Amino acid sequence: MKFDDEPVPGYSLPILPGHVSPGRLERVLRAGKFAITSEIDPPDSADPAEVLKRAAIFDGYVDAINATDGSGANCHMSSAGVCSLLTRVGYATILQISCRDRNRIAMQGEILGGAAMGACNLLCLTGDGVQAGDHPQAKPVFDLDSISLLQVARNMRDEQRFESGRRIETPPRIFLGAAENPFVPPLDWRPLRLAKKVAAGAQFIQTQYCFDIERLRDFMLKVNDLGLLEGPDRVFILPGIGPLASARSARWIRENVPGVHIPDAVIARLEGAKNQKEEGKRLCMDLLNEIREIPGVSGAHIMAYRQEHSVAEIIEATGVLEGRVPWYPGRDDPKALNPESPEALSL
Amino acid sequence: MYRVRRWVVRHARVFEMIYRRFEPVLVKLAPVWRRLGHERVEAPVRRVEKAAKGALFDCQMCGQCILSATGMSCPMNCPKTLRNGPCGGVRADGHCEVKPEMMCVWVDAWEGSRQMKQGDLIHAVQLPVDHRLTGSSSWLRVVRQQDASSSSAANRETTR
Ligand code: SF4
Repeated sequence: MKFDDEPVPGYSLPILPGHVSPGRLERVLRAGKFAITSEIDPPDSADPAEVLKRAAIFDGYVDAINATDGSGANCHMSSAGVCSLLTRVGYATILQISCRDRNRIAMQGEILGGAAMGACNLLCLTGDGVQAGDHPQAKPVFDLDSISLLQVARNMRDEQRFESGRRIETPPRIFLGAAENPFVPPLDWRPLRLAKKVAAGAQFIQTQYCFDIERLRDFMLKVNDLGLLEGPDRVFILPGIGPLASARSARWIRENVPGVHIPDAVIARLEGAKNQKEEGKRLCMDLLNEIREIPGVSGAHIMAYRQEHSVAEIIEATGVLEGRVPWYPGRDDPKALNPESPEALSL
Repeated sequence: MYRVRRWVVRHARVFEMIYRRFEPVLVKLAPVWRRLGHERVEAPVRRVEKAAKGALFDCQMCGQCILSATGMSCPMNCPKTLRNGPCGGVRADGHCEVKPEMMCVWVDAWEGSRQMKQGDLIHAVQLPVDHRLTGSSSWLRVVRQQDASSSSAANRETTR
């Protein structure tokens, strides 16, 4: 899909009627296209070129790139830093804010700063506990939770108010997202909890890794019954998927990464394969093919940690973009920026 | 204590009933509190509240109690102090991501709420905590709020 006002890198697009943000992700979703998002693992480095290199891997395959915020409670370059670098060359980004590390003063400042830099999608997260990461000695903050953060962010945008009530001159034009995990207890509460997130302001949802299609189907049925996929305040759901590297790594993830549910059958399938890595990719493709058939699903979020190059392969093999080539620097003008060159940064 | 608080959640309905009787009494006593002076009664009431709710719910005295909306499971015992439901890290057996030896506070809350008459209050979006109120009496706060709203609108029904 091509928009005739397709962007000058670093500048926001006009906001279409009925939209809240100038971003391409909202446009693609509201146009009813199957959207693909993926995520960058921010570098342990202050090198901007490293960020652009990691983003370029997804060129032409994703509609927006999540920049994780200390994922797994490990320290990396900040999400706002990564987003700022990427929006300068025109990428659509999803800024992640986790409640673990900052209080409401810092978070609201970050929302304004991010929006000013063109990061017009915001994913509000609770965040993994500090015990999961490389700084278990850190102070967990959790001044807000993901739902109160959503509400604060929505009020900043729609009421032009900080949580304190103080007025904001130019509100952040942001498309608001949240995460959900339909695969862990209490399973019967999860759809209703999603409703609460939508009531607090969530407009798109990226889920935790899905390896259990039945649970997802169940969840989507209930979400649909709750009427969350209709009307102007509807929510767009992008289930999370990703390739598993091997049966061993699947077991490790199941034991050590909070909230990832991997059924035994999945591990058995990997174990039975000659080439486990290839099988992991094929499994991911199969999941994607099944997910796109589930009524109410609006896209998919592909998390291919340390296998980022496989994202293109997975998308090609499944054809989910239906011939669309999402914008990337140089798509329309091959002479334009090579994001790996230093000039890309001097905009 | 962990065992007591889990027992309480399993009997959430009983405690909901007790609360529903107890709260109007506190509010009815508003003139007494006023005469004694809210500042003067704050310390003794706080002590009683802390002892009672501490023993039953492992109450952390956030000062803005929402037990009636959380299945009688105190959300401040969640290591992430979440007030709007469980995080995405709940283990397959329902235990907590951060403290594996503990049942997730919100898994308990959900079960408690399913027994309560007004259990659907769990779906209400809770505002962020006001940290200035930490350590203060939630009971007196409710009294003051209801007292103020009933005197400002004498002819309006004020009970919830
Ligand atoms: S698992 Fe439950 S108790 Fe533990 S941090 Fe998450 S929500 Fe809180």
